[in-house]
Amino acid sequence: MDFLRPESWEEALAARAERPDALPIQGGTDVMVELNFDLRRPAALLDLGAVRELAGWETLPDGTVRVGAGVSYARLITGLGDRLPGLAQAARTVGSPQIRNRGTVGGNLGAASPAGDAHPPLLAAGAVYEVESAARGVRLVPAAEFYAGVKRNALGPDELIRAFRQAPAAGPQYFSKIGPRNAMVIAVCSFALALFPAERRVGTGLGSAAPTPRRAYEAEEFLAAEADWDADLDDAVAGRFAELVSAAASPIDDVRGTAEYRRHALGVLARRTLTWAWNDHRKGAGACA
Amino acid sequence: MRVTFTVNGREQVADDVWEGESLLFVLRERLGLLGAKNACEQGECGSCTVYLDGLPVCACLVAAGQAQGRRVRTVEGLAGADGLAPVQRAFAECGAVQCGFCTPGLLVQADDLITRVPEPSDAEIREALAGNLCRCTGYEKILDAVRRAAELKAARR
Repeated sequence: MDFLRPESWEEALAARAERPDALPIQGGTDVMVELNFDLRRPAALLDLGAVRELAGWETLPDGTVRVGAGVSYARLITGLGDRLPGLAQAARTVGSPQIRNRGTVGGNLGAASPAGDAHPPLLAAGAVYEVESAARGVRLVPAAEFYAGVKRNALGPDELIRAFRQAPAAGPQYFSKIGPRNAMVIAVCSFALALFPAERRVGTGLGSAAPTPRRAYEAEEFLAAEADWDADLDDAVAGRFAELVSAAASPIDDVRGTAEYRRHALGVLARRTLTWAWNDHRKGAGACA
Repeated sequence: MRVTFTVNGREQVADDVWEGESLLFVLRERLGLLGAKNACEQGECGSCTVYLDGLPVCACLVAAGQAQGRRVRTVEGLAGADGLAPVQRAFAECGAVQCGFCTPGLLVQADDLITRVPEPSDAEIREALAGNLCRCTGYEKILDAVRRAAELKAARR
């Protein structure tokens, strides 16, 4: 096995192009498990941990936040929780403090597990992923177009994930996750919601509910059409929203839960997060952490 | 490959490191530092917790090559010239150690907590230790020890 250790983004892209058989590794919280358990023997590891461009974030001229793929969950929580509250909530549920010190959104996107905690809030907020190759340059991939199958994503063999881009929260955002305890939990299922009060619409993201993380489009359209944004949340509207979120899932029975339980729980999470968000919206809380 | 990094303040060189091995393997099997324990190898148990550039991490989930040029501090590096660290004294005083297997990881993780948060609440202690499993104590003595360690550390300041 080779160990490739680029120190700049340019070197990383060159290494990726030269060695499509190399497995990128960032925080290692997924990749090292596979190596330790002999589940994977890549020809090379491409360590992105020393690539300085991936380690920070910036605000673009249009106000969008561009976050490097190598920013840890711990730094995301402390540094970006005010602007990306839904993602920060999800980040707080990742693993343990030790895992949050190493794990990154870039790694979550690379692994593309349907259970990854970062995916639902990124989908709900309408994030865009910035991927790049030496030969073809930058591609901007909307979150909803990135997930291709179980643990598969839209990355080409010569591409790496550079960053994700997301507008600062325009309204309340919430993330909720089902698991047997409050730490070290792979989601049984999870749900994220982002309200955009000025546009009178909602974004959603479902985790551990289908072969890929996905949005609940019908639920989003229903709420945009039926909700009275100047009134308290109508019970019937909330109930129908929950049903549509539940119906958007295609879950499986596995060791963590049954499909039936997941469908039920997603409805509960949808109704609960919508109620929290709507209460904030009515209080005029705007972006809330 | 060769990996050169700083461990407990001293530069260390590990040779013939396999590219897929973990920092934990290098510490235990190549450098003979047996404090950090090897248990789950998947980041679930926290018994291999060490500082990497000042942040507690699971050494089993750091590729050896990722430690190149960086600073690692293990449980062996907690005690100073003035004796045991506050967390170590407190764990002994409070009876927070039974079989001892989880103790090194808990010590490093608790040391980080009381360094960052001088007077941690019970909720903060539980949150900080959520990734460290102990199968003997039922955790009560460990919580006592962390509270006591914070007091001892404050007294030293």
